[in-house]
Amino acid sequence: MAEYESHTLDVLIIGAGGAGLRAAIEASATGARTALVCKSLLGKAHTVMAEGGVAAALGNVWPEDNWKVHFRDTMRGGKMLNNWRMAQLHAQEAPDRVLELEEWGAVFDRTADGRILQRDFGGHRYARLAHVGDRTGLELLRTCQQRAVSLGIEVFMECKIVRLLTDATGAVNGAVGFWRESGTFVVFGAKSVVIAAGGVGKTWKFTSNSWEGTGDGHALALWAGADMIDMECVQFHPTGMVWPPSARGILVTEGVRGDGGVLRNSDGERFMFNYIPDFYAKETADTIEEGDQWYENKTDFRRPPELLPRDEVARSINSEVKAGRGSPHGGVYLDIASRRSPEYIKRRLPSMYHQFKELADVDITVEAMEIGPTCHYIMGGIRVDADTAATTVPGLFAAGEAAGGMHGANRLGGNSLSDLLVFGRRAGQYAAEHALGRSGDVEVDRAQVDAVVGHALAPFARDGENPYAVHHALQETMQSLVGIIRTESELLEAREALDVLEERAAASGVEGHRQFNPGWHLALDLESMLAVARCTTLGAIERKESRGGHTRDDFPGPDPEFAKVNMVTRMHDGAVVVAAEPLPEMPDELKTLFEEAH
Amino acid sequence: MSSEATVTAANRPAGAPAGSSSPANVTMRLWRGDASGGGFVDYTIENLGGEVVLDVVHRIQAEQAPDLAVRWNCKAGKCGSCSAEVNGKPRLMCMTRMSTLELSEPITISPMRGNPVIRDLVTDVSFHFAVARRIPAFHPGPREADGTYRMAQVDVERVQEFRKCIECFLCQNVCHVIRDHEENKPAFAGPRFFARLAELEMHPLDTLDRRELISRDLGVGLCNITKCCTEVCPEGIHITDNAIIPLKERVVDARYDPIAWLGRKIRRRPSPTPAHVTAALAPAAATGEVISTEPAPRATS
Repeated sequence: MAEYESHTLDVLIIGAGGAGLRAAIEASATGARTALVCKSLLGKAHTVMAEGGVAAALGNVWPEDNWKVHFRDTMRGGKMLNNWRMAQLHAQEAPDRVLELEEWGAVFDRTADGRILQRDFGGHRYARLAHVGDRTGLELLRTCQQRAVSLGIEVFMECKIVRLLTDATGAVNGAVGFWRESGTFVVFGAKSVVIAAGGVGKTWKFTSNSWEGTGDGHALALWAGADMIDMECVQFHPTGMVWPPSARGILVTEGVRGDGGVLRNSDGERFMFNYIPDFYAKETADTIEEGDQWYENKTDFRRPPELLPRDEVARSINSEVKAGRGSPHGGVYLDIASRRSPEYIKRRLPSMYHQFKELADVDITVEAMEIGPTCHYIMGGIRVDADTAATTVPGLFAAGEAAGGMHGANRLGGNSLSDLLVFGRRAGQYAAEHALGRSGDVEVDRAQVDAVVGHALAPFARDGENPYAVHHALQETMQSLVGIIRTESELLEAREALDVLEERAAASGVEGHRQFNPGWHLALDLESMLAVARCTTLGAIERKESRGGHTRDDFPGPDPEFAKVNMVTRMHDGAVVVAAEPLPEMPDELKTLFEEAH
Repeated sequence: MSSEATVTAANRPAGAPAGSSSPANVTMRLWRGDASGGGFVDYTIENLGGEVVLDVVHRIQAEQAPDLAVRWNCKAGKCGSCSAEVNGKPRLMCMTRMSTLELSEPITISPMRGNPVIRDLVTDVSFHFAVARRIPAFHPGPREADGTYRMAQVDVERVQEFRKCIECFLCQNVCHVIRDHEENKPAFAGPRFFARLAELEMHPLDTLDRRELISRDLGVGLCNITKCCTEVCPEGIHITDNAIIPLKERVVDARYDPIAWLGRKIRRRPSPTPAHVTAALAPAAATGEVISTEPAPRATS
């Protein structure tokens, strides 16, 4: 039997973004032997990409704000599919989590009287987002990173976890991974494991996510026997960059449209006027003349259809592209250059001007931007107990984007940073409690370890195709068949395509050696992405309605029956299966919050 | 503006770059190798236009060299992972447009020279993470009676400049003190960490005095103000002028004088920092609170 580097811990946390760091800080404070493991260097996690702010009902700008209002906004935004208890805990605890960051050195923008300033965001009734300009995620991540470093928490960087380990009872008791730098394996024995590995965006072609967003956390939990919920609920933002390739998927703020930008097809037509749904007709301008006047006079005129909700706009863009009126690279045009002066654009949208200039060599004061929907966030994820962040597998906990339930079918902006603080802390607390309640060190099963290592090294012995080609094909499949607008025939086609892609991935081979070999890393990340793609596709087939981030062309409206269920995906006899299971029921005293006049 | 702007973009032939110099192919001269040695390898690849250097490196990885080692994460200039030397200049590859380079000649990409090479474009950055562990953390005074901390926007902006740092370590890479002087590393923190120390020193709520550490152990005196760090900072942080020079002044003109130090803290903007916060600073200064300069346990790997 081979010998491996090994570490014995109370709490192992997989992922060192905001949720993982916050969990580590909490677990470490209990005295538990705690370590973080992350695929990249410390401080590079996708949390840095969050811009707008962290939502918390501090009431600094609007004293009327409180947790109940935040709770209600979150549930309504999530189309009531949220785990009510998570939404409640989140709204109640977010203010304390934000104030705590200040104690660790975070420097938020200030109000005139020196308190934390809060800004408006979509779906939030009051100005609620504590922020630092447009780099709030970096501030949050750096603050937690510096806190963790000051506590002496061990961080295993550039380590990819391949599989979790389980004991004879099925409880998680460790993990096997390898150092990306050397390609040598490492075994962690741990009484508790926290999954805080973030999102899944790299499964789609157009995404705002970084290379790490391959759904490793979801897949590790799934393979270890945990339940996933509502994996079909994926947020596509309507305006991501599609051209040039360097910028594909990067977000273009809604502020461009708010400041006068309009959407045009290849004929130069403002097509959104053709897509005003009856539900919004009363509040939407039906002529270009009226829409253009709204920018100056919001009282007497109705807003232009470019400012319809995100799902409506994304659906319309999709229709134009499918009708052959898209831009050369499969998007449409977002044009502010012909609408506003260069000075106005630079003053109002400095970061967008900079982003296009630097990344795309496009001057948005002269040219239209090419944009299209981009995969941004997954609301679904690992099923957890709201209070303890425990998954359905003993010893395994989950927090942040990897966990499901908090955001229901659609996430409000600003609620992800608060989510990872509130539930990162809870996951750390309860993972430590679980670990400290178990005596002795865990004994990992060497046969499992050897099997994982053998599996991980298999691509070197295979002569199959390049994993980059399989990844590319997976992204094309998910983008075109399980994208923002879905329909049964395409979903069934995707399900069949995944069978083929899984075979191709299993046959793919890599060249070179084990030391920092990105081709090999991708071959293993690909397994995670395929698992996520399977869960999303199966959930999307079964949820025969449109709700939040899940839009079905063949079932265009919400269905009250589907409002009562989570789509649960889990492993059964070696395959992923799906089942509708009832949502936790909200207590009556909270239900009354939704009956009050709004 | 007329609607011609839109037409211009729409009619641009697919794949054609905006720049004038646009050969059909480009040659990327990448350093390949590891700690034991290596050399430059040329890769000729189609010039698609509109790309940044990292895109081209990724295409080489996907099409010609799947084992080419390179770090990257956000690809939007926000995480600081893809630092390298492009034609000898330290840059973020994700923020270096191909159209800004002379494409008729090979484009050279080499790993950051200030760090030991691991493989190809990936270098060993553990020195920087070890320095981070030597810096005593933020240590605030007590909260207001209402549970808040009060700071004025103008005061936090001074600190926020340093907190923009994305830890790309390009400044550490170009710093003369350590770039070709491995022997200086134990006694020198480097520009990134002088910015971090300046941030803590200037934080309106912080109560620790780190000047002896900065002077004696972290070597701010070794900096000879060539401003190379400031020049390469992709975030435009004025590391030399706003961090290093003020730190030098603090450690030189008031050699650990608790009264002068306290005076500086108190002289800060009187409102909205309330009196009891400044009062709370006194005990730490009066007792000359000892700050451990021992490195904390180092991050593994």
